Amino acid sequence: MTLNFSHFTAALIFSICASTVFGITQRDNTRQMIRYGLYCFAWFIGGVLLAGWFMWFLKR
Amino acid sequence: MANEKTIANAAVPQTSMMQVVAPLAGWLIPGAGHLIQKRWIRGILIFLSVTIMFFSGLGMQGKVYGFNLGDLLDMLGFVGDFGNGLFYFIARSMDWGQGAIFRATADYGTKFVVCAGLLNFIAAIDAHHIAIGKKQ
Repeated sequence: MTLNFSHFTAALIFSICASTVFGITQRDNTRQMIRYGLYCFAWFIGGVLLAGWFMWFLKR
Repeated sequence: MANEKTIANAAVPQTSMMQVVAPLAGWLIPGAGHLIQKRWIRGILIFLSVTIMFFSGLGMQGKVYGFNLGDLLDMLGFVGDFGNGLFYFIARSMDWGQGAIFRATADYGTKFVVCAGLLNFIAAIDAHHIAIGKKQ
């Protein structure tokens, strides 16, 4: 089976999985875990979008 | 006298089977370290995260590193992959992740597999922290 993900889909899957584990392992209570997981997710996706736009400007 | 006993007991580290079993189980089967300590939701989420990442990586034609003493990055790749526990051994025995890389996303797949293993290491250590009472 071969999966043909776009770059963004791959980044999205990576972000969801990594931020879930980060949230669970790096904080002590449920509320903080959810907050930290969302925080990591936002940074992952924000970083991807920023890097994407940066490369787009670099190319022009 | 009783006070001295209490102090002496506190100084001796409390070793229980769970401190060893939880991280080992967590490494072998992602999330199992949490599940055997009745952290059901955390265990299931860790299992899903690591499993999805690992099999997405394989699906993207990512490489699974074997033990090697060659290039530094290859050795680190092996360390990361080894973190997947049972999944790693299954992948090696079934010859998954051994094909020639001919697509750009295959490199992402390789990173997915390595990162899944590293996340599983973090989760196993977290299970150990729960077992020793450092974390709830």
